[in-house]
Amino acid sequence: MNELAIKDLLYKLADDQLILGHRNSEWTGFGPILEEDIAFSSMAQDKIGHSLAFYTLLQELGEAEPDTVAFTRNANQFHNSQLVELPNGEYDFSLIRHFLYDNAEIIRFEMLSQSSYEPIAKVATKLKGEVKYHVLHANTWIKNLGASTEEAILRLQSALDEAIPYALGMFEPSKYEQELIESGVYAGEEAVKTAWLQRIKTVIEKTELKLPDLSTIEPRFGGRYGEHTEHLQPLLDEMAEVFKIDPTAEW
Amino acid sequence: MELTKENILTLLEDVKDPEIPVLSLVDLGVITGVEVSDAGHVTVNMTPTFAGCPAMDYMKKDVQRTLEKNGITSHTVNMTFDKPWDSNKISEKGRKHLKEFGLAPPPKYDLILDLDILEHVKCPYCDSDNTDMRTPFGPTLCRSMHYCNDCRQMFEQFKPL
Repeated sequence: MNELAIKDLLYKLADDQLILGHRNSEWTGFGPILEEDIAFSSMAQDKIGHSLAFYTLLQELGEAEPDTVAFTRNANQFHNSQLVELPNGEYDFSLIRHFLYDNAEIIRFEMLSQSSYEPIAKVATKLKGEVKYHVLHANTWIKNLGASTEEAILRLQSALDEAIPYALGMFEPSKYEQELIESGVYAGEEAVKTAWLQRIKTVIEKTELKLPDLSTIEPRFGGRYGEHTEHLQPLLDEMAEVFKIDPTAEW
Repeated sequence: MELTKENILTLLEDVKDPEIPVLSLVDLGVITGVEVSDAGHVTVNMTPTFAGCPAMDYMKKDVQRTLEKNGITSHTVNMTFDKPWDSNKISEKGRKHLKEFGLAPPPKYDLILDLDILEHVKCPYCDSDNTDMRTPFGPTLCRSMHYCNDCRQMFEQFKPL
């Protein structure tokens, strides 16, 4: 199996989780209610733990150790989708992003738990159980708020319209797509996207929200190849600020 | 002390979860294997409860300290996902300790998580099922928060995973 293909897959998995984990952590102390403050903070902790599990697999394949990989790369070396780097905005946007992202993440983990590459399969088997709580959280709030007041529905709809091109960008195929599929390592982005659409539709149908016509939307690709929005570098600078003061410090 | 798997496991009974000090790592189910080689080298395999749990590193160090304290200097403690943890791995004794500590133990389940399992958790104070889940996220990654409609108290549950 081509090691570059495995590394590319691991980087995109790990980077998505590190960056969204950081964004989630920005809600700590600012959540609209205490429970949501705790929920986003807990999900931040989970996601950063999940990124560590994948960075550890990368280290086993000869990449630098996890802290170095997380804190010393520049934006153009990150493989995350642009969806996860967008600023939190208001709670409605964070909630919609969380819903669109985690419903894809759980499918990735379910599929990867069957991967022919055993180290990924083991980690994914473990993490899919944890992500269930994230999906449950997202779906519960979307169902509740998406069928509540006019303001809530309008806000969520506008956040959904804004986020959807970026959400489709999550499924940007890698240059090793065919190889990963043929070797049974990963079912591929098209398969994840098909299953994802079905799941998000099931939830959206229980609300007053309307899923935009996806055939007319241009996905925001580029993230998987190091092309990012202006928002990623400032996030990285802030995330690594303390680390960079003394990279050799013992914690 | 003779170096046997059983004796090592007895030693590890003293290592507690730092966030739930009534629960030993053995009862928590995170010790997945103990091996003693012919040359007397002790290998302990552990697996995290939650991948992002900050206590795991502490637990690993605590296992190393406990081995050293008992004169076992030749040892390896591994943290792996080889036998991933789930909440069914908490022992009966562990469940009893959790309840006494005021944390509802996770129900034994078929590993298919749905809302029914999370709602109506049995209250650890009054044993009522007339309870509601308030949020799946609590003060640590492994706890959810619930409210008992009978004794009218908030309580926490060790989450099923």
